[in-house]
Amino acid sequence: MAASAAEVRIPEVTAGMKSAAEAPSQTILDLRNLNVHYGTFHAVQDVNLAIPKNRITAFIGPSGCGKSTVLRCINRMNDLVPSARVDGQILYHGTDLNGANVDPVEVRRRIGMVFQRPNPFPKSIFENVAWGARINGYKGNMAELVERCLRQAALWDEVKDKLKQSGLSLSGGQQQRLCIARALATSPEIILLDEPASALDPISTLKIEDLLRELQATYTIVIVTHNMQQAARVSDQTVFYSLGESRQGILVESGPTQKVFTNPSDPRTEAYITGRFG
Amino acid sequence: MSAGIQASPLAVAPSAAEARYEPRVRTRGRIAGGWRGIFFGATALAIVLLGMLLWSILQPGWSWLSWHLITAMPSRIPANAGMNSAIWGSIWIVSISAVVAFVIGLGCAIYLEEYAPRNRWTGFIQTNISNLAGVPSIVYGLLGLVVFVDWLHMGRSVLAGALTMGLLILPVVVISSREAIRAVPLSLRQASYGLGATQWQTIRAHVLPSAFPGILTGVILSMSRAIGETAPLIVVGGASQVLFRPASLFDPFMVMPLQIYNWTSRPQKEFEHLAAAAIIVLMIVLLLFNAVAILLRQHFSKKTRW
Repeated sequence: MAASAAEVRIPEVTAGMKSAAEAPSQTILDLRNLNVHYGTFHAVQDVNLAIPKNRITAFIGPSGCGKSTVLRCINRMNDLVPSARVDGQILYHGTDLNGANVDPVEVRRRIGMVFQRPNPFPKSIFENVAWGARINGYKGNMAELVERCLRQAALWDEVKDKLKQSGLSLSGGQQQRLCIARALATSPEIILLDEPASALDPISTLKIEDLLRELQATYTIVIVTHNMQQAARVSDQTVFYSLGESRQGILVESGPTQKVFTNPSDPRTEAYITGRFG
Repeated sequence: MSAGIQASPLAVAPSAAEARYEPRVRTRGRIAGGWRGIFFGATALAIVLLGMLLWSILQPGWSWLSWHLITAMPSRIPANAGMNSAIWGSIWIVSISAVVAFVIGLGCAIYLEEYAPRNRWTGFIQTNISNLAGVPSIVYGLLGLVVFVDWLHMGRSVLAGALTMGLLILPVVVISSREAIRAVPLSLRQASYGLGATQWQTIRAHVLPSAFPGILTGVILSMSRAIGETAPLIVVGGASQVLFRPASLFDPFMVMPLQIYNWTSRPQKEFEHLAAAAIIVLMIVLLLFNAVAILLRQHFSKKTRW
């Protein structure tokens, strides 16, 4: 039974997959022996991973496997969790983001984040985009920047006549694109997305996915997703996490998306992507 | 259908499963209605008591309410007596104590909620702030007498009274401000930090604007308490007759509840009516204070576009 399900599912998943065989890209982020503890709980164990520049990397895996935790380490959002302890190195252009001389505020400006639930500020649409740029000392024409970011986020046409309305007056999908526009406004190099479409309807989800493909030319994107079709559709590289013996998150396999989905080297990856587990 | 089971018009297709349920829809409906009645009764009782209270004040006091009452100074002769000095004294005391409690209380709340580590020491401080809110007001009066009047040589002045009153309402302001700050969703803070905001930028641009209406509500409530408090001010020194309105922080003062207390303790019948009229004035001044605070709150809520 399980085997036949696998045969049916794999082609379906790979149908819309991006053509691989793109030129190799330089590494922008290099995670080395990353370990995360929350108090006494070992949340993530020994993650080693290289994230290529101007590519989309998808993190997949069952709930609680630490994929979001790894993502939050990359822009040091785990600093905000008092009990969290992060060990190991995260090299960004060769500099360790956890180094003593690195300010998390600067890290987050360069490595932006979009969260699972759309969380626009209770301010106007314009101000939602402008605020991040302003606090980071943006000196250019603000109206131009806001328009450019909203266009990049494929939201401009829908909101150009109501920039003064609250960001919360938009639909869920529009709010999430506003959050992406907001992240773009600080001119980051990397954008982290933590299940950005899990609270959205299928049409909004597809819009976000199209958007990610467009943004890939300019930005490096790391996306956590529960939706394997989504990982297969949008990503160049897929990283599969799972749970170890003491429920700690471990990195099982990473590689080009096409390879991970069609010819995974670890049986656990195969079990997961064929729907036999997780 | 047997007599014991309530027949439902919806039970058109009796099945085997139907027999296993005893929905008692009508009984449950009656219980629900009973509770509704109890809650309505509680509200009605509160309104009736409030109405009786108002009536017991308005009935003897209304006809004594006059322009003279609020412009004249206290006098031994009822027909000449006014409460001008007490009104101004109350306005000074409540305004200054509200500003003092707001500034210190909000600062304390921000520190405890945003900066302080969560450990046994801060837990101890937090518990004790809650305890301070329950300390009898006379104790604050004694503290004010010792610290402000004697040690700091403020004497029986407006400043000493206002600072004492500020201390009295401080715990309430701290507690309500903390509640308001804590209610700001984590997702909003994360959004801000995610853009490379510092902690202060996050607090200033997102946490405080969202929490401000709640913070002001706490200040409004504590001002209502401050304007009616008598005991601590008797101790700190507003007890005697004051025949001029305060012109500086170091003048002696009189407040409305003290004036009312003073009049009710006099033998002449007329002073009872004057006291009732003074209570009406006190309520009007209190409502004016609250109206200003509510307008402020609305102004700040409008800035946040939920």
